[in-house]
Amino acid sequence: MSVPLITLLGRMTLAFLEAIGSVTTFAAQALRAALRPPWYRQQIVRQMLEIGYYSLPVVGLTAIFTGMVLALQSYTGFARFSAESAIPNVVVVSLTRELGPVLAALMVAGRVGAAMAAEIGTMRVTEQIDALTTLSTDPFKYLVVPRLIAGLVTLPILVLIADIIGVMGGFLVGVYKLDFNDAAYLRNTLDFLQFQDVFSGLVKAAVFGFLIALMGCYHGYMSRGGAQGVGMATTAAVVSASALILTFNYFITEAFFSI
Amino acid sequence: MASPKISLRGVTKAFGAKQVLRGIDLDVASGESMVVIGGSGTGKSVLLKCILGLIRPDSGSIKVDGEETIGLSDRDRARVMRKFGMLFQGGALFDSLRVWENVAFGPIQSDGMAATAAREVAIAKLGAVGLGPEIGELFPAELSGGMQKRVALARAIAREPEIIFFDEPTTGLDPIMADVINDLIVKSVSDLGATAVSITHDMASARKIGHRITMIHEGRLIWQGPVADIDRSGNPHVDQFIHGRAQGPIRMQVKKL
Repeated sequence: MSVPLITLLGRMTLAFLEAIGSVTTFAAQALRAALRPPWYRQQIVRQMLEIGYYSLPVVGLTAIFTGMVLALQSYTGFARFSAESAIPNVVVVSLTRELGPVLAALMVAGRVGAAMAAEIGTMRVTEQIDALTTLSTDPFKYLVVPRLIAGLVTLPILVLIADIIGVMGGFLVGVYKLDFNDAAYLRNTLDFLQFQDVFSGLVKAAVFGFLIALMGCYHGYMSRGGAQGVGMATTAAVVSASALILTFNYFITEAFFSI
Repeated sequence: MASPKISLRGVTKAFGAKQVLRGIDLDVASGESMVVIGGSGTGKSVLLKCILGLIRPDSGSIKVDGEETIGLSDRDRARVMRKFGMLFQGGALFDSLRVWENVAFGPIQSDGMAATAAREVAIAKLGAVGLGPEIGELFPAELSGGMQKRVALARAIAREPEIIFFDEPTTGLDPIMADVINDLIVKSVSDLGATAVSITHDMASARKIGHRITMIHEGRLIWQGPVADIDRSGNPHVDQFIHGRAQGPIRMQVKKL
């Protein structure tokens, strides 16, 4: 029964490399499908609504409380060395660069990535994907490409909205709880904000949106063996998307802001 | 015999160490209804999916109208697929779409038909399987199993295919509904003048919808002949199967506890 540790490590490494290869092949096939017609516009619009519009409440809620707690926490820290005036800037930079894209993406991964994997996985195990093929419709074009495009396009919009709501949350706490002057707070927010702060966050959002949709579609498409397989695909989609979001977040940050 | 509509030579397929198809040779003539019988897990579904290009066989040749289909480009594959209609075992209806949208899916998405015209086609095809236009507005989940099968049949014939595949069309239905489906299959195949390949282990269904029967066992075709000859095949495997005996040359692989 006992397997030597080195064997186990080897197996895990091989499985990991195999997964990378398999995901890359999947993504390449999707990109190839995306470049040639037909494009199913209706499906793209539907997915954009699903990813963007219906995620607004949960992302908005995340953003406003993140902005609020940022203001509060930085106040308790910064007050120790009388640097309260930096709070508006800290809030807006943290939100646009980091917390807006990462938290919004994690929430969307839980909401949308799981739903995608479950839907496509169910279609796989009930032969609906095979049925698409027999009706001369490429499942990559009909199912995968619209989701990838919607993820790529919608998440930046969602994150921009989250940025604004988050700054508003910080503003509310700053003005009504910490007794900032409202005009001064806004001026401090905008004066030190750089284009790159927001832009890097939106680039992150686009990458994260693509990754969420890719993981949802990939795990759904590859699911096997009935309800259990679909359940596993759903979990795998959320976990892998979250892990990828955090990993890519670091490398995109490094690419933008490395010294 | 004129050149066959579908012609298979030496088709093999293995999943890992499990050899599912061990060299299938099969000819189906134009306008013929071929029924493939065999136990569960003998490779019937894999055989159909190989012909449809959903599974790529390891070796062998599959010709449709004399054209080799293995290794076709995506575009050519789509052109050949246009000849096929398929009734899936579980129906495989798109549950996010209404019934009429399911039936009209091929005409709209693949043939570019306008939605209003395709809706007319869908309602006509639903009528052909004995379903009224009001059913078209429902979602598949709201239908009984027998009705879902009929909708799936309507979808399979909506583009008037030259070849129709039926994957266990009567499985999971009561005997009366099974016979209704059998009648509909016979009628729609003869109306279209289509070539049909069905896989089933329901002998009543096989006798009713088939012109010829072939039996698959352990990945090989072990017998083939007209429906009328099935009772005097002289093949002990076939005899055991059509009479449903537990004892005989076919051993169910049941693991000893």
